[in-house]
Amino acid sequence: MSEVIVVTSGKGGVGKTTTSANVGTGLAKLNKKVILIDTDIGLRNLDVVMGLENRIVYNLVDVIEGNCRPKQAMIRDKRYENLYLLPSAQTRDKTSVTPEQMKALTDELRNEFDYIILDCPAGIEQGFKNAIAGADRALVVTTPEVSAIRDADRIIGLLEANEMKHTDLIVNRIRPDMVKRGEMMSLEDVLDILAINLIGAVPDDENIVISSNQGEPLVGSNTLAGQAYMNICKRILGEEVPMLDLSAGNGLFAKIANMFKKN
Amino acid sequence: MSVFDLFKKRSSGDIAKDRLKLLLVSDRANCSPETMELIKNDIIKVIAKYMEIDCDGLDIQITQTESDGDNGSVPALIANIPIKELRHGK
Repeated sequence: MSEVIVVTSGKGGVGKTTTSANVGTGLAKLNKKVILIDTDIGLRNLDVVMGLENRIVYNLVDVIEGNCRPKQAMIRDKRYENLYLLPSAQTRDKTSVTPEQMKALTDELRNEFDYIILDCPAGIEQGFKNAIAGADRALVVTTPEVSAIRDADRIIGLLEANEMKHTDLIVNRIRPDMVKRGEMMSLEDVLDILAINLIGAVPDDENIVISSNQGEPLVGSNTLAGQAYMNICKRILGEEVPMLDLSAGNGLFAKIANMFKKN
Repeated sequence: MSVFDLFKKRSSGDIAKDRLKLLLVSDRANCSPETMELIKNDIIKVIAKYMEIDCDGLDIQITQTESDGDNGSVPALIANIPIKELRHGK
């Protein structure tokens, strides 16, 4: 049984592409055959985060328009042989593809892959409609900020209206030190407001920046974010994994230092 | 939490949560500020027939409130209408 998962958020810059890259890579690490599709036509980014930008020959629009076969456009990952990327087109726009065409493509890919991960563009227009058309399941990414949560709520409403079967939430960029001081909404606050199932909480980790500098997703590595992403992958596979203690990085010294901070 | 926090005003995390709650109720109700303004004007018209009210002090908002039944919290339209003077014997 293969599954088509769309990673979406409404607001830009909350971590959709990073999440897509890490979830895709993590599922491949767990021995699933995975294809990542960048549906952000005109603003191609997933290839860079994956470190595969130099290998692009054909793209999503070429496949849709029949200029090449899907196989020719897929790029095999440099570390995992069961992980592929279908890059987006950089010189076209969202109207180059219709929801029907996207659904036909993802349905075709089901024959060959266990997981098809779609990286959705920001916004609620055509690009969003294309990305969700063929999906069985959605991962909504948000951060603990008013604007991101407001957009996530709107997206959750739109997914419901489009009869998405399964929607889960990922809360990204949590800063446990700020939550402790009361200067950031906690995971519980966010869940209380959005009222959907949580599939993972990812801390704000500088290793994310380092890993995207290098073009190598950090899922599964010995970092807090790496572990958080791996846990999300296991939960996608149906495993019960307890939530990670995000404040684990704060030793006694950090706690004492916090006590003396006035703000 | 440090001892200084005891004297501080409400934390920004709580402020964010409260703002979001209000925001999402009106977002979900799909009620634009223009519609709210129309509702407000109509309320003023009706009430002004019977008593003198402070139009500038009038405030209406859609918010979340506990229902009398057991369906948890439900959206409610709350209006705060300051009365200047009741008109007697008319």
